[in-house]
Amino acid sequence: MKRLLITLALAAVLPAAAQEPIKIGLVTALSGQSARAGEALTRGLQVAIDEINARGGVRVGNQSGRKLELVRRDDEATPAKGVIAARELYFKEKVAVLFGGLDTPVALAIVPIANENKLPFMDPWAAGTPITKNGAKDNYVFRVSAVDELVDKAMLQYAQKTFNARNCGMILVNNPWGESNEKGLRAALAEKGVKSAGMEKFEPNDIDVVPQLSRLKSAGADCLFLVGNVGPSSQVVKSLDRMGWMPPIVSHWGPAGGRFTELAGPSAKNVHFVQTYSFFGKQSAVGEKVLKALMAKYPDIKGPGDVTPAVGVANAYDAMMLTALAIQNAGSTDGPKVRDGYYKIDRYDGLIKTYTKPFSPQQHDALNENDYVWAQFIDNQIVPVGVKQ
Amino acid sequence: MIGSALISGLGLGSMYGLLALGFYVTYAVSSTVNFAQGSSMMLGAVFAYTFSVRLGWPFVPAAAIALLLCALYGLAVEFLAVRPFASRGSNAWLMATVALGIIADNTVLFTFGKEPRGLALPWASTATTVLGVHVSTLQIAIPAVGLALAALLHWFSRVTRHGKAMLAVVQNADAARLMGINVPLAIMAAYAVSTIFAGAAGIMIAPLSTVHSDMGTVFGLKAFAVAILGGITSAWGVMLAGLIFGVVESLITALLGSAYTQILTFTLVIVALALMPHGLFGHAELKKV
Repeated sequence: MKRLLITLALAAVLPAAAQEPIKIGLVTALSGQSARAGEALTRGLQVAIDEINARGGVRVGNQSGRKLELVRRDDEATPAKGVIAARELYFKEKVAVLFGGLDTPVALAIVPIANENKLPFMDPWAAGTPITKNGAKDNYVFRVSAVDELVDKAMLQYAQKTFNARNCGMILVNNPWGESNEKGLRAALAEKGVKSAGMEKFEPNDIDVVPQLSRLKSAGADCLFLVGNVGPSSQVVKSLDRMGWMPPIVSHWGPAGGRFTELAGPSAKNVHFVQTYSFFGKQSAVGEKVLKALMAKYPDIKGPGDVTPAVGVANAYDAMMLTALAIQNAGSTDGPKVRDGYYKIDRYDGLIKTYTKPFSPQQHDALNENDYVWAQFIDNQIVPVGVKQ
Repeated sequence: MIGSALISGLGLGSMYGLLALGFYVTYAVSSTVNFAQGSSMMLGAVFAYTFSVRLGWPFVPAAAIALLLCALYGLAVEFLAVRPFASRGSNAWLMATVALGIIADNTVLFTFGKEPRGLALPWASTATTVLGVHVSTLQIAIPAVGLALAALLHWFSRVTRHGKAMLAVVQNADAARLMGINVPLAIMAAYAVSTIFAGAAGIMIAPLSTVHSDMGTVFGLKAFAVAILGGITSAWGVMLAGLIFGVVESLITALLGSAYTQILTFTLVIVALALMPHGLFGHAELKKV
């Protein structure tokens, strides 16, 4: 009798268990300097998840309509905390796919966990080249974001085309991100046979970057390539102000991560930096739909200027949509099957672009240098270059 | 190039000097220092930002209140992290001051936030050209205020009655006590002055830089190197060592490139101390037994 009751109870529970939501993990900075960026990733993922759930969830094999559920953890921008959070989400929360790694060092620390355990890891932000090109035989790391080596090529191309620059100087923050871009910029310059006015590093806490910039100026630099987070980037702009030197500045996306205009002053608008998306200007149907959903869900978003940083929202939205397709293609939430599911994505009309076969065993980056847009700060808003004065 | 580097170096150097003077003041009076001078500097900037930007006060009263709060923090450092240990002959104040600095940094982290903020002073960004070098008003004001504070300290200690009392404590605390000088009060005053100097440096650096909880960490470390390099027993020596350190650091970067700055600057510090163990301007202390 007792056994029969247990069997009946199990039978009652099992169909519900089959319809359990698929957990999607997110490890990112949710506090501190990069909290805004972490919030942008959350919003992009949540809007995509709400859209998928509203149309009945994801079809997984013969289970129709499994809903998605977001589980977040704060990595405080430190690799050690990121690793702990990633392990918890993978092994305790059993997330099907882990999103995250706002910062390159954090993402690089999570990569081996994903690859060794055959669990998919999707990077919607960190741009370090070796995150996806990690050398693992079985690579489970995908990215819908900018890639340093491609950004570096694009920076050179933009400087040449927009400012007719012939002799750019590099001013790079002294950390692994700066190093990754030093390699990339040198490779891009060598590929085009262009000379450089030199390379200078500065510490994230440096108060005065005038000596480094003076060197580049006296070497005849006619433009600057800047790589640094928002604080260090503002130090460069303020130092240029003190020198009374205003060369064109072509930058990686560091300034987008915070209050750049407040920190750098009125010259902040001279910095042109790379972005993957902007909600300003004429939007595609997907763009309009996402902006509307964001405005409906988050009361602080009243227009395109409030979706900030826009890259976080846009990358996370497309990455989530592509992930849902991958799970559907896999017919399972099993890691290796989901990975193959990414390879099987044929076409997806996304927010940033229309993706056609975005992933293959040789290509784990969905975006390339043709997908970048150039932006600047006007007052406190990130707008595409030239849209506002 | 050299002109710009010299101006940068003098500006930063005078701030290293000001922070290092803070080490000098307390060391001279009590043979102890607040190792977390960088945190005191950060507090000056954070208080000034809070009053002038968040509360919208005019800059001068905001800076004055910030310095007053810095002085109170200095008293707290002395009372909590120095006196309990130094009075029992222990050297644990070394660690206690570092610990209190970490507590201050983290308290600011939680209350002020991790995001760096900008303290803009409209007058500071006006600029002029001196001998073909573009110089902002702030870059002239910083060394001027730094040297003026050092001169004020000199005048106070040599001319005023309280200053002479402090010098007496420096020479012989027991004799000073017998002469009716309140030694604990002199030490407290030294800590307040020390922290005011650091706070002033923080307020002046804030418009050049950004305001955040760990803005003083590396700066405080360099200032300690400056204090030792100057010979911690000489006020002008410490200030001069600050200027030398700042200028050398800037010139190395401008002439040889940023890759060599830290390696060469600190190698020079070691070489200078190996050749002159009491610092550039210090002298060996005589201990009569």
